[in-house]
Amino acid sequence: MSDHVSEQSAPAKRPVQLFRNMSAKIASIPMILTALVVFVGGTTWTVVHSFTSSRLLPKLDFVGLDQYERLWSTPRWLISIENLAIYGLCSMILTLTIGFTLAALLDRKIRFENTFRTIFLYPFALSFVVTGLAWQWILNPDFGLQQVVRDWGWESFAFDPLNNSKIVIFGILIAGIWQGSGLIMCIMLAGLRGIDEDIWKAARVDGIGTVKTYLRVIIPMMRPVFITSLVLIASGIIKLYDLVVAQTNGGPGISSEVPAKYVIEYMFRAQNLAQGFAASTMMLVSVVVILIPWAYLEFGGRKRG
Amino acid sequence: MVDVAMSGPRGPKPKKAFSTRNIMLYGTLILVSVYYLLPLYVMIVTSLKGMPEIRLGNVFSPPLEITTAAWTKAWSEACTGINCDGLSRGFWNSVQILIPSVVLSIAVASVNGYALSHWKFKGSELFFTILIIGAFIPYQTMLYPIVILLREIGLMGDLGGLVLVHTVFGMPILTLLFRNYFTSIPEELFKAARVDGARFWGIYFRIMLPMALPIFVVAMILQVTGIWNDFLFGVIYTKPDTYPMTVQLNNIVNSVQGVKEYNVNMAATLLTGLVPLVIYFASGKLFVRGIAAGAVKG
Repeated sequence: MSDHVSEQSAPAKRPVQLFRNMSAKIASIPMILTALVVFVGGTTWTVVHSFTSSRLLPKLDFVGLDQYERLWSTPRWLISIENLAIYGLCSMILTLTIGFTLAALLDRKIRFENTFRTIFLYPFALSFVVTGLAWQWILNPDFGLQQVVRDWGWESFAFDPLNNSKIVIFGILIAGIWQGSGLIMCIMLAGLRGIDEDIWKAARVDGIGTVKTYLRVIIPMMRPVFITSLVLIASGIIKLYDLVVAQTNGGPGISSEVPAKYVIEYMFRAQNLAQGFAASTMMLVSVVVILIPWAYLEFGGRKRG
Repeated sequence: MVDVAMSGPRGPKPKKAFSTRNIMLYGTLILVSVYYLLPLYVMIVTSLKGMPEIRLGNVFSPPLEITTAAWTKAWSEACTGINCDGLSRGFWNSVQILIPSVVLSIAVASVNGYALSHWKFKGSELFFTILIIGAFIPYQTMLYPIVILLREIGLMGDLGGLVLVHTVFGMPILTLLFRNYFTSIPEELFKAARVDGARFWGIYFRIMLPMALPIFVVAMILQVTGIWNDFLFGVIYTKPDTYPMTVQLNNIVNSVQGVKEYNVNMAATLLTGLVPLVIYFASGKLFVRGIAAGAVKG
């Protein structure tokens, strides 16, 4: 080790033997254990056991795809999937639209920007349980929004998502968007701030209107931001659980069930483990389906580990 | 049209204060703000009313007679099952879960991130990649194997078990956060310390830790709100006696027994949301930085 430190290139100190860099390896043991035992091991374990007939206790007697056949013929699962699809689609479109619109409005060099941003973002600090319970109360058919509007004189007004199995998922959607759109607004705002001021100047010189500039120039430029937001929204959608438990607990009947809830009820309440494993494997599959194209888009271009 | 301000959001004021553009702009923002503020407002006014006033009917009307009885009841008398000692039990459980979880998860992740930034070894990037991909795996696929693991080490149903779970699931995002931060610390500094004879832990404690204080604050905000708001792990890995606040709140509000006391419910809900809200309003920009860091995961 001589004193010409600064000119040494970075990868020169890559160790070769097992005992080189020992402290770093010891320090990484928690990470290695988490990655291998919990993430890889746990997931594999669940997937393998989804092909068994485990009920109260996990056991390895394989029954092929029986659990999956049963899963896809259970009305409760089909309703869960349908709900998740409706919630997911609406939530993606609305959250992206609201998030971007709010960010664009806040980016118009307005006063009280910080105040508005604080207001839009605070629900994100709250838990889904708190969110669900607050909206459960607001949407209460006897005392909540519906009654208030009727008292104002619109007697026939009807909006009781928590009692109406046809629209209950939209009641949850309202709460979900309330909680999560602030985050997307923040990410979009950061994206908008990263856009060169010259773009705006050029657009103005060319006489392109503000709205048109957003649609034709800014949004295409913000593609990576949109993709990040989409991935965030999508991974949140699949995790949807606490909100439903707090707001409706799956009701009325089973009309607002979601996959994550199905999994937990079968694993920890109905004591039908393998059925829960099969359902969670389906959730995993859907994540993989979303994740692979994204990873391809994100990492396909540049080489990164 | 738009003012030409070269830098920062605070450009010069538009010429006319009440132009159509401004009315549209602020009108929309204020309208949207109402939607965002409404639940908080409704929770607060409901929690300050008495039950008779609530039954008369309007969730939006301000309380005629302000009473804090609901708050007291929610904190110390509300029932879950046979226990009638209110949300305070859940609050203290959550505190007991929160403190060790935050400390442990940040300690582990910061060392991980440090090792990944300046002490790369064969395979370190692979483990890191698995860790990041793991952040996207639905928790549901890992819930039961973790039950088995916790049972094996005798921590199932114990607060210690839940602390471990939070550490494990906080690891991907926190490791990423610290790795990115430590990578941005100049290599020369690290090399100079090496030349002076400092080793792995010496450099970590003497150089990296003091330089990384801001990122530690960001990580803390992220973890405190995340762990406090957790429901899923709490409901699965603890017993009724040690339920965190969110789980107990849900049990109080959604219990089917007895008369619904909406004011108590809303007071309880607000109490549970208070900790993250205080952190949010107190931390301001740092909170945004924390979630932005969380947003770029992967």
